[in-house]
Amino acid sequence: MFDVAVIGAGITGTFIARELSKYQLRVLMIEKDNDIANGTTKANSAIVHAGYDVLQGTLKAQLNVKGNKMYEEVCRELQVPFKRIGSLVIAFNNNEIKLLEELYKRGLSNGVPDMEILSRERVLALEPNLNDDVIGALYAKTAGIVGPWELAIALAENALENGVELFLNSTVTGIKKIKDFYCVKAGNQDINTKLVINCAGIYADKINDMVSDIHFKMLPFKGEYNLFDKNAGDMVNTIIFRCPSDAGKGVVILPTVHGNLLIGPTSELVDSKDALQTTSEGLKFIQQHTKLTLKGINFGNVITSFTGLRAKTMLHDFIIEEAEDALGFINVAGIDSPGLTAAPAIAEYVLNLIKHRLGNIQKNEKFSSSRRPNINFMELSVEEKRKIIQKDPKFGRIICRCEGITEGEIIDVIHRKPGAKTLDGVKRRARPGSGRCQGGFCTPRVMEIIARELGIDITEVVKDGLDSYILTGETK
Amino acid sequence: MNNYEIVVIGGGPAGLAAAIEARKNGVKKILLIERDRELGGILQQCIHNGFGLHIFKEELTGPEYAERYIQELITMGIEYKLNTMVIEITKNRQITAINTIDGIMHIQGKAIILAMGCRERTRGAVRIPGTRPAGILTAGMAQRFVNMEGYMIGKRIIILGSGDIGLIMARRLTLEGAQVLAVAEIMPFSGGLTRNIVQCLEDYNIPLFLSHTVVDIEGQDRVKAVTIAKVDKNSIPIKGTEKRFECDTLLLSVGLIPENELSKCAGIELDKVTGGSIVNESMETSIEGIFACGNVVHVHDLVDWVTEESKRAGKSAAKYVKGESTGRYKVINIKGINGVRYVIPQLLRVKNITESINLMMRVDNIYKNIKFIVKGNGQKIKEIKRAHVAPGEIETIKITLNELTYRDYNEISVEIVKEEA
Repeated sequence: MFDVAVIGAGITGTFIARELSKYQLRVLMIEKDNDIANGTTKANSAIVHAGYDVLQGTLKAQLNVKGNKMYEEVCRELQVPFKRIGSLVIAFNNNEIKLLEELYKRGLSNGVPDMEILSRERVLALEPNLNDDVIGALYAKTAGIVGPWELAIALAENALENGVELFLNSTVTGIKKIKDFYCVKAGNQDINTKLVINCAGIYADKINDMVSDIHFKMLPFKGEYNLFDKNAGDMVNTIIFRCPSDAGKGVVILPTVHGNLLIGPTSELVDSKDALQTTSEGLKFIQQHTKLTLKGINFGNVITSFTGLRAKTMLHDFIIEEAEDALGFINVAGIDSPGLTAAPAIAEYVLNLIKHRLGNIQKNEKFSSSRRPNINFMELSVEEKRKIIQKDPKFGRIICRCEGITEGEIIDVIHRKPGAKTLDGVKRRARPGSGRCQGGFCTPRVMEIIARELGIDITEVVKDGLDSYILTGETK
Repeated sequence: MNNYEIVVIGGGPAGLAAAIEARKNGVKKILLIERDRELGGILQQCIHNGFGLHIFKEELTGPEYAERYIQELITMGIEYKLNTMVIEITKNRQITAINTIDGIMHIQGKAIILAMGCRERTRGAVRIPGTRPAGILTAGMAQRFVNMEGYMIGKRIIILGSGDIGLIMARRLTLEGAQVLAVAEIMPFSGGLTRNIVQCLEDYNIPLFLSHTVVDIEGQDRVKAVTIAKVDKNSIPIKGTEKRFECDTLLLSVGLIPENELSKCAGIELDKVTGGSIVNESMETSIEGIFACGNVVHVHDLVDWVTEESKRAGKSAAKYVKGESTGRYKVINIKGINGVRYVIPQLLRVKNITESINLMMRVDNIYKNIKFIVKGNGQKIKEIKRAHVAPGEIETIKITLNELTYRDYNEISVEIVKEEA
């Protein structure tokens, strides 16, 4: 019998699981995909928002500002890239300046520190590549950028090392209330658990409906993005938002923690939860809107495009509560923006709901808040590089030319918890194939390493999902 | 710090020819650095024939062509390191490289020859819409899987781009039992060699759709279907012209990009059109003592021209380290205009020309019955007739020393003029 089953191993699920691993609880994460962080967590803007945007009095406002403050500590503990680079909302006319003032006031009442309205000169001094007709901006210094899937993977690793269990490839198909516990049917297993936490992202409505008669509906809002080569990474220094207007919010332009440039998202309600394709309209929208903001941007430097689905509901606020008609079943749903920012605060909030339900829970005295350091070969000093190659020559073999990723780093992420078993799993953890050639040279090598380390045939190595085979067999 | 007279970066056809030529010109201490596990570069995966027609007057396969140079290099006793990656070059010609045996190496070269080749343009760079399943790969990667690793990459295949690798792979995959359903090309003409269109597509009844591009990819885990559509003259897909193919693979042959990350890190000036370094008649870059040759300078059509160009780089580097430096002579700028996309070299110092120099260039479209006009300071130096030119094929024009010294030129241009009917 588990104490808690967390359905969904995205950023909210992994934050909650890690939070619960600080207590003497038997916790299980259930994930439908072949790896964790495989839904919205792997395709979003990667922004830790300051919190001036969200409406006062909402749960979003409360948890956004709180979550933002929690980022340094957790990212330091788990060695995940996080940079507080600040954000600008830029204005091109007087109406937009008025909007900035409104946002500023809203920020104050939400408790956002370190905000300032900048003059044209100061905006351009900070961001010389913005179009010259910009006239001012709201500067929020506490906004930041993070590696979202790296964070979720690190949280999961830390949770697993502190005793949490994980079932992958386990789609939840039914939940039954039996006396004072639940039986969750996941994959081919029946899992008994006292509490169920629903972190199923865009599928949270489906999970809720298995248990509760109080329904909500997830509205998958599609967002398309372009990721640019690192040679475009210094086009901006901060996160650049446009003022929201009747024509929408435009696109956000920001550097990533790895030094690429990210532009997006579009926003479109779609009828399918599999609508992960990019479209020519979406890509055109990004290009047109970028040119309204930035001068001298070259779309020939795009290295990849991707789509994410926001987990929105009609309520425009997070749904984080125990279902009224199902005690012990806690929804953590509608976690769209600023969900990534709020996630650490959501975990604490959910912990309190759990304490309320389970009564007094004991601390896990053996909890360790850090994980084995991640190795990033290229960032080591010459002396450290020399030492690590001496210790393990595999760090002397560069597999990914573009990002400078060594065989040693790839082997490391395959053998961590939860280890990388797929091409994309390795890419999300160690980054081979995320550079400008997009795996053109290193894919065969990485597949060879995965096959060798896992003791499988190279034809069994998949890109991501179980059916995403890459090779169809041997040649004649 | 290890000291060498010449360090060659890259052990493909360019690096091999440059190193060999430098040794032939009397340079003793040469080091060639290769990142892969064998010498020969991409030639090793090009198991089809057609290499060496110009240099050896016979048809060799890629590995055979490479082997001749590898054997020569080994016979000459030129030092080389495999599985070794250069991670930094400075403008003072210091190199940092790593491998599993030596660890981190700091190497000083009197001269450096850059021969890193090129990489393939990806789906991202051409922004093809659709899902992101397995089964989308560049033609070169497919070639490596099939020809070197011995694995097939799909059963029903669409190819986007009619560059040479795409055409060669259409035939190769067909021979391996796959069905190549179509080759789509966004331009109104193919970017590949005419002989490849005939021998790789027409001979196997593979349809080539010119002025077509991919507008959608379907499939969550693996490619399920690819839709192509006709494009207008601005390359915008035309609604209503879509053709949908159920398939499991999309192969991309959408261009090659000289791989100049190391050149950028040394501060070498690059040409916006070629994506390679700007070079002079000696294949020397904007940094004295750093030379470049092969696909890292501009993407070639035939390896024979790579070899020829690289010999020039090797010879010039040899002269440089022996102190027979080419010096600060007057520099003529060379440029392509009116239909000529670029000319290599971009800079020329007449004092370094012994007899003649070959100008290499690519045109921007298919032209019939044209003349290339070479002008110096706006005045015609020479003209050459051509019945047919195409962007896929490099054109070469030989200019003699006499033609260059007839007047004191500051600038030379090459352009296309239609022949009067």
